[in-house]
Amino acid sequence: MSKFRKNGKKGMPAISTASLPDIVFMLLFFFMVTTVMRETTLFVKVQTPKATEIKKLEKKSLVSYIYIGSPIKRLQASYGSAARIQLNDAFATVEEIQEFIATEQQARDEKEIPYMTTSIKADETAKMGIITDVKQELRKANALKINYSTRKGTY
Amino acid sequence: MASNRRGLPEINAGSMADIAFLLLIFFLVTTTMDQDTGINRKLPPMPDSEQETPPEINAKNIYVVLINSNNQLLVEGEIMQISDLKAGAKQFINNNGMDPRSSDNPEKAIISLQNDRGTEYKTYIRVQNELAAAYTELRNDASLGKFGERYADLDKTKQKEIRKMYPQKISEAEPKNIGGNE
Repeated sequence: MSKFRKNGKKGMPAISTASLPDIVFMLLFFFMVTTVMRETTLFVKVQTPKATEIKKLEKKSLVSYIYIGSPIKRLQASYGSAARIQLNDAFATVEEIQEFIATEQQARDEKEIPYMTTSIKADETAKMGIITDVKQELRKANALKINYSTRKGTY
Repeated sequence: MASNRRGLPEINAGSMADIAFLLLIFFLVTTTMDQDTGINRKLPPMPDSEQETPPEINAKNIYVVLINSNNQLLVEGEIMQISDLKAGAKQFINNNGMDPRSSDNPEKAIISLQNDRGTEYKTYIRVQNELAAAYTELRNDASLGKFGERYADLDKTKQKEIRKMYPQKISEAEPKNIGGNE
């Protein structure tokens, strides 16, 4: 800086950095708005299976999630290690799925209901019995678009 | 500092940028841009009581895949490894009447998948994945032959045309407890 000041009192004016905070705030707001905070805390351990034929899940606002897996270590003392279903922020029984789907549908616009997807995030060690039960409930609730959540990878 | 000659003292906003940067970095780090991925499937609607009986399908057009509770595969009455399933399914779909016991043509070919309640989810997804891969490869072959492009790069109408040639018909049987318990 001092290098420039030698030129005289009225040399190059310093570039105003007054708008720098504005620029940074703009970026900040962009990230704040686009960030999707994970709104559910997982009570079940979910490691999704690997697959290659995967598709991206679009329109996140129209996706409802069902988590299936054995409870996390901390909760195994009280809930056991058998696979359980988690909806929103609590453990649920299979019967509660229809209600869950109904509330999810009510929260959306009527036109959007046919595009709603249910993402099944199940642990790879889960048994098909519980998943079949969930699928049957989804059929009863008429939520027919599903997505088996998987990671990219091969065996 | 406080004694600015004219009116109110100005607050030094120089560190505002630093504070904002700090917040920005926090959000940058916590943001997870990872997209959820998975296999899309459509469930069949619940059967209506008044529904007419489903159309008869020639047994040779059905490729029966059974998975038992030990995660073993029985395909068309024979034990098969999962790694062979894709090739087997491709051969079945693309049979075009060559083998009289296999499918008539890709449009009629149906894959019937049935699993046990004790089957591991991982195996089920692997089987679904292999079957989807068989269809993807067949569609890719067809679109490369017809349009000289991969299926994924085609536009919507062309994709539809290919999809019509190779409709993905994976039917899942109503759940049953086949050979084994939970």
